[in-house]
Amino acid sequence: MTATARSPKDTAAPQTDLHLKMLRQMLLIRRFEEKAAEAYALGKIGGFCHLYIGQEAVAVGALAALKDDDYVICSYREHGQALIKGIPPNAVMAELFGKATGCSKGKGGSMHLFDAKKGFMGGHGIVGGHIPLAAGLAFASKYNSTDRVTVCFFGEAAVNIGAFHETLNMASVWKLPVIFLCENNRYGMGTAFERVAAVTDVVEHACSYDMAAELVDGMNALTVYDAVRRAVERARKNSHPTLLEVRTYRFMGHSMSDPLHGVYRTKDEVEEQKARDPITHLAQRLKDEGVIDQAALDAMDAEIHAEIEAAVKFADESPDPDPDELYNDVLAD
Amino acid sequence: MPTLTYRDALNQALREEMQRDTNVLLMGEEVGVYQGAYKVSRGLLEEFGPKRVVDTPIAELGFAGIGVGAAMGGLRPVVEFMTWNFALLALDQIVNSAAKMLYMSGGQIPVPIVFRGPSGAALQLGSQHSQAWESWLAHIPGLKVVAPATPADAKGLLKSAIRDNNPVIVLEGEMLYNLKGDVPDGEHIVPIGKAEIKREGSHVTLVCHSKTLPVAQKAADQLAEQNISAEVLDLRSLRPLDEAAILESVKKTNRAVVIEEGWPHVGVGAQVVDLIQRDAFDDLDAPVLRVTQADVPMPYNKFLERAAKPSPEKVVAAARRVLYLE
Repeated sequence: MTATARSPKDTAAPQTDLHLKMLRQMLLIRRFEEKAAEAYALGKIGGFCHLYIGQEAVAVGALAALKDDDYVICSYREHGQALIKGIPPNAVMAELFGKATGCSKGKGGSMHLFDAKKGFMGGHGIVGGHIPLAAGLAFASKYNSTDRVTVCFFGEAAVNIGAFHETLNMASVWKLPVIFLCENNRYGMGTAFERVAAVTDVVEHACSYDMAAELVDGMNALTVYDAVRRAVERARKNSHPTLLEVRTYRFMGHSMSDPLHGVYRTKDEVEEQKARDPITHLAQRLKDEGVIDQAALDAMDAEIHAEIEAAVKFADESPDPDPDELYNDVLAD
Repeated sequence: MPTLTYRDALNQALREEMQRDTNVLLMGEEVGVYQGAYKVSRGLLEEFGPKRVVDTPIAELGFAGIGVGAAMGGLRPVVEFMTWNFALLALDQIVNSAAKMLYMSGGQIPVPIVFRGPSGAALQLGSQHSQAWESWLAHIPGLKVVAPATPADAKGLLKSAIRDNNPVIVLEGEMLYNLKGDVPDGEHIVPIGKAEIKREGSHVTLVCHSKTLPVAQKAADQLAEQNISAEVLDLRSLRPLDEAAILESVKKTNRAVVIEEGWPHVGVGAQVVDLIQRDAFDDLDAPVLRVTQADVPMPYNKFLERAAKPSPEKVVAAARRVLYLE
């Protein structure tokens, strides 16, 4: 070892901070989604509401590898990414409630969360429809010679959509700084991926487009973080796209109006996956390492609970959009 | 004033706007090396390079969406469709992404993009290549739709479209690209949403746009020989529609025929007639008639094709009917 090399101990502090931050962020998403489910049951949230419970490690691990001005664009299961990209829980919850104080002024709803200033370019409701948009954002970053990276989250069901293939081809031909992050949670609504996909390892599709790719354990935030960090470096330094298949699992139904299990998956399977809970996993690890004890974890949880309760209160008490808003924002000046 | 073809007028608009704003770029099939399927982009690759004149694979959905994403990222892409028939594959991006991004983001994300290319029938291209999509596209809030009929309007409207902060659909015509006309040099802007009277008249208003302008003009010539004075009103923009110009003309002539290349059912003409019956009811001396493409997929045979399209003869016959001469 040379004098300039840092010992593991030197790096322990920042890593520990990062791990604690990730744990807190995953808990924030979990508690937020649990409250959203409650509010949905009470009729406070309308329409479709797709929860992220079980998949928290993916958003948290991936976004930890990004800079603040990087772009994130998602499907309609995007509450988690929106929160971690920096949209305050108040503004996300208020949007779910359809209120004027929501991050899309109550015009978007659960599936269309936006905060352009924070680089959160939406929630999009057509499966796979936002994949070309991600490449377009990356195209603009490259065109303007910025080092901004774009991360596109989508589910495995989007891989059967033409837009996925057309976009991966062009992103590779044009060497765009974009990361296609497939959250493979096994089921497109109620259809198991292997029942409708000829190639069930999503990562294999990268071969068709001469693209770098990795298969990642999505139940471990640290693994996701490492893989996304490698992809970010590829994008930022060399403007090369990456396809990541991140294997995860949704503990809830497809949306709030869908069953948790039944015809398409068994209760046993869900329970088995719940044993791999990404939050429990990281919390245990940090406990084992002596970074956190149960009391500190409880305190963290209580603090998050209070924050989410406050968000619900804020959303509930916020005004509906002014009726005149109906005709605003159809066209830009 | 210089005389240019419609094609070169579009080329001039693209060139001038790309010179004016480095955020403007052109992407589409064959726009670069091949110089454009219809040569609208001739010379642009040489002048602006491959960064700004981007050849795409044949993947309309993908590159339309990449264009929308680039616009979300602050650029001003002009996306060329070789024809609008192929743009059906990209409708999801035009409708679900471009048209409603501003609204569903609560006003945060404008999409300044132009989607352009030829629309409507040419000659004997068969049913899949001979379709006019005006009414579909003009149906969508969040889009602007223009359909220039002359070289001057083509240049002026394309420049307006590129400078607009919204998605703008520019419907051109294969049969118009060789049309010649006077085109002002340099800063020639035609505002979106303004119709123009292309010929003054007093007995009947012929409402038209795009390729039905020459049809209406020929009809007006034939009607003049019968001592009927037809006013030819070129809509130029279909969304927003210049309602004031339509009403003003109809209030003068008290009779109207609306001509379009699209099919009759739920067409642009239906929207125009709705306006006239509502806001000019007391000024009408006859029911408004429409001349459209026959309500059939376009046939290949040239006689059948001719029979399917709007023609000066059909317009003359309709004008005579609203004048109670038949």
